[in-house]
Amino acid sequence: MTTTTTTPSEVGASRRRKEDRRLLTGRTKWTDNLRLPGMLHLAMVRSPFAHARIVSIDTSAARAAAGVHTVLTGADVKDSQGSLPCAWPITPDQKAPAHPAIAVDRVAFAGEIVAVVVARSAAAARDAAELVDVDYDELPAVLDLKAAAAGGPLAHPGELDSNVSALWVFDSAEAGTGGDVEAEIAMAREGGILLEREYRQQRLIPAFMEPRSVVCDPTGEQTVLWSATQIPHILRLMLALTAGMPESKLRVIAPDVGGGFGGKLQVTPEELITLLAARHTGKPCKWTETRSESLLSAHHGRDQWQKLTLAADRNGQVKALKVQLLADMGAYLGLVTPGVPILGAFMYNAIYTFPAYRFECTNVFTNKTWTDAYRGAGRPEATFAIERLMDELAVEVGCDPLEIRERNWIRHEQFPFTSVCGLEYDSGNYEAATAKAKELFGYDALRAEQAARRAAGDPVQLGLGVSTYTEMCGLAPSRVLGSLSYGAGGWEHASVRMLPTGKVEVVTGSSAHGQGHETAWSQIVADKLGVAFEDVEVLHGDTQISPKGMDTYGSRSLVVGAQAMLKAADKVIEKAKPLAAHVLEANPEDLEFTGGRWQVRGTDAGTTLGELALATFAAHDLPEGMEPSLDADATYDPVNFSFPHGTHLCAVEVDTETGATRMRSYVAVDDVGNLVNPLIVEGQVHGGIVQGVAQALWEEAVHDDSGTLVSGSFVDYTLPTAADTISFVTANTVSPSTTNDLGAKGVGEAGCIASTPAVVNAVVDAVRHLGICDIPMPCTPARVWSAIQRAQAERGEAR
Amino acid sequence: MTRITVTVDGVAYTDEVEPRTLLVHYLRETVGATGTVIGCDTSNCGACTVHLDGRSVKSCNVLAVQADGHEVTTIEGLAASVGATGDALHPVQQAFHDCHALQCGFCTPGMVMQAADLLRDNPHPTEAEVREGLEGNLCRCTGYHNIVRAVLAAAGNSPKAGE
Repeated sequence: MTTTTTTPSEVGASRRRKEDRRLLTGRTKWTDNLRLPGMLHLAMVRSPFAHARIVSIDTSAARAAAGVHTVLTGADVKDSQGSLPCAWPITPDQKAPAHPAIAVDRVAFAGEIVAVVVARSAAAARDAAELVDVDYDELPAVLDLKAAAAGGPLAHPGELDSNVSALWVFDSAEAGTGGDVEAEIAMAREGGILLEREYRQQRLIPAFMEPRSVVCDPTGEQTVLWSATQIPHILRLMLALTAGMPESKLRVIAPDVGGGFGGKLQVTPEELITLLAARHTGKPCKWTETRSESLLSAHHGRDQWQKLTLAADRNGQVKALKVQLLADMGAYLGLVTPGVPILGAFMYNAIYTFPAYRFECTNVFTNKTWTDAYRGAGRPEATFAIERLMDELAVEVGCDPLEIRERNWIRHEQFPFTSVCGLEYDSGNYEAATAKAKELFGYDALRAEQAARRAAGDPVQLGLGVSTYTEMCGLAPSRVLGSLSYGAGGWEHASVRMLPTGKVEVVTGSSAHGQGHETAWSQIVADKLGVAFEDVEVLHGDTQISPKGMDTYGSRSLVVGAQAMLKAADKVIEKAKPLAAHVLEANPEDLEFTGGRWQVRGTDAGTTLGELALATFAAHDLPEGMEPSLDADATYDPVNFSFPHGTHLCAVEVDTETGATRMRSYVAVDDVGNLVNPLIVEGQVHGGIVQGVAQALWEEAVHDDSGTLVSGSFVDYTLPTAADTISFVTANTVSPSTTNDLGAKGVGEAGCIASTPAVVNAVVDAVRHLGICDIPMPCTPARVWSAIQRAQAERGEAR
Repeated sequence: MTRITVTVDGVAYTDEVEPRTLLVHYLRETVGATGTVIGCDTSNCGACTVHLDGRSVKSCNVLAVQADGHEVTTIEGLAASVGATGDALHPVQQAFHDCHALQCGFCTPGMVMQAADLLRDNPHPTEAEVREGLEGNLCRCTGYHNIVRAVLAAAGNSPKAGE
């Protein structure tokens, strides 16, 4: 019998993670660890050309090679592979090419799969892949986003007559949520401040540490597919639909998954191909990518041009914002590709009270790797744009960047606040977060040092960068997703089962890949049911164990998934009540649930859920009509998004002689509502900050003029190392969310959203006195140095 | 095929391998030491770091035949290699747990092995020395903050996270 030595406040404690032991001792179940009897291995043959017609494929040499079982080309699977799914047609007239897993007659990006070799070992498959002889007829490739939007060569000639996939517009005047942008812009032109800027969101690569891997076992009644995915449930449904099989015949398992960041929020060609190869050969098949393959063919992120027009009065009070985006889809539409910019559409107004707002996004095809969700998905882009603009506005007005934000932000007493996009921000306290950040940062002293260094003409200049942010998390209320034409709901599912021993099994439809759900969920359930932290087992990531779910992305797991779990736990408690009354020979009305016990109010008489679970297991003496179980399911659909916010401050030193930027200090104050596990929250913030800093300073996916990915390995796609980064100061303010029982808001994306503009603002601030008002990302030494040289030359000419 | 004998986590294995077999593939596929993982193909990420005769190497950068006659310690044998018994962890593993220095955990085996080697060379490093010493190991989750704290904690130089 389990003892109920409950710590009453598991929630809020910095519990060390349950997940750690297996990860720290190498006892982990990565997909690539799986080896099944008779298993075959796949190697993909990929196009070296960005755009080409496939004239012929000669597989005879590969087929004849030692250990090769078969070779499949697009022609072999064209009737069985269907078209890979896009779940988010953002407009009714959205254009999209068919998306074959294996190209049939044309390739549209360098890296697209044209054949797959199936062999008895991974080495044999790779050796033989070199022997597949593909004759290509190269076609003109469109690589530049602006050229593609302007007509360019067609990315999909013969299939689409334009490179534009969709135009999506939100206008506050049309929506009735705000004023007319053009009228405000005209007024600002007359005597106010009008800022017109263009920013580039460079192409990024999510670069999760665990390469993607898929194993498919077709033996038995049910096909089992293991994948290093964030979305086992969505994958199961989409793969079944694409491959034309009942989803009940497919079980998807996401075992231990090594990071995702949106990069594993996808239904990939490789997953479908592994399934097709397994069905074709009748044998278990495995595919594990190389890192080069991952950088080339796992979906990329960001890649937008942002044209911005901001109207303000002379005091810096913002009157309107107009956003015109070009968003690079790459060659195809992935699962949510078209919707990524739309996730940012409602966030450009950020924490501010803009009276008028218009957003236009043109989604464009190019002959490059397709893009899709990457940590923050749309919201980092929006936050970057507005936070860069607020700095520019501060310069125009001649005030401190924090002051300009305060003049425009939603004051604490204005909550709940309906934004110019019509979203209801339920809670927030921008004043408190900013004050705390300013204090921890030593803002005034750093400003004084900056002034001294400028006065002294120090070759190493100090720059201070500010970013506030809010984001819409907890994806998402299903009716809102419906109104945005998303193909699914935003609910989450959970089950809570009391076991006869008094231990608890919790099944969640979210699918962790580093977030620590096993720990955090255990804390929440321990408090809720009055059981020990150690007695809670959290199960996830297997569609047979967890039959329903919407998986993990968009900072949704705690806000939506844990709420579902709490609802299920409530049902268990209520279900136990008549049994408790029966056992205690008491009137149900006299009972109260406290500390894990149903108790007769005002007495010591009571019984634990564990004892009641055993009673239902035996089922010898239950109240008339009670089913012999203490478990329950719940599916929860959120009523609103949650709105985390925060203020991040960054100090950088820029060597004006070399252009090199060095981070000196970084303070993050985040308001993510109530904290379940502060240690996990802090870890999410740290990691997010560095991913955002990486966009600001280091990372860029670069293609050459032929469309070849130049940054195709970790030598060239430069993830930050420990030596590039610093230690951070993190803190929280707490404005609980009012729309879930935990008061939680989500934290997965916050750091990444805030840090990019904070760092770029700091770099620009360091050199602004030299006449520089922008440096494109990533702000590499070469770019900073060039900007300084250019500014000096211009000033020389002006003299 | 070449016959090699390699001691992995205290057990001697004799196997026939293709000369081109990388140590990491030998460990994962022949020995079954899947705690050691592969994160890249250019020896940048360090996820496959093990100890060869007590010193850290990236096992994707060593041929299995080069390990012939040598001793390999992986993440699975690290604790035992310092005499830990039962459920006890190596001090670096314990510090990673205490300081929340891992999230998805994929880089963790390599990171721990590298950190252990770093502390062998320099038992009381500064933060800057820790950061330099881990430069060859990539992590995408933690931003390195808590990894650095963990290594300093293992060296007895720093308070633990969350305290």
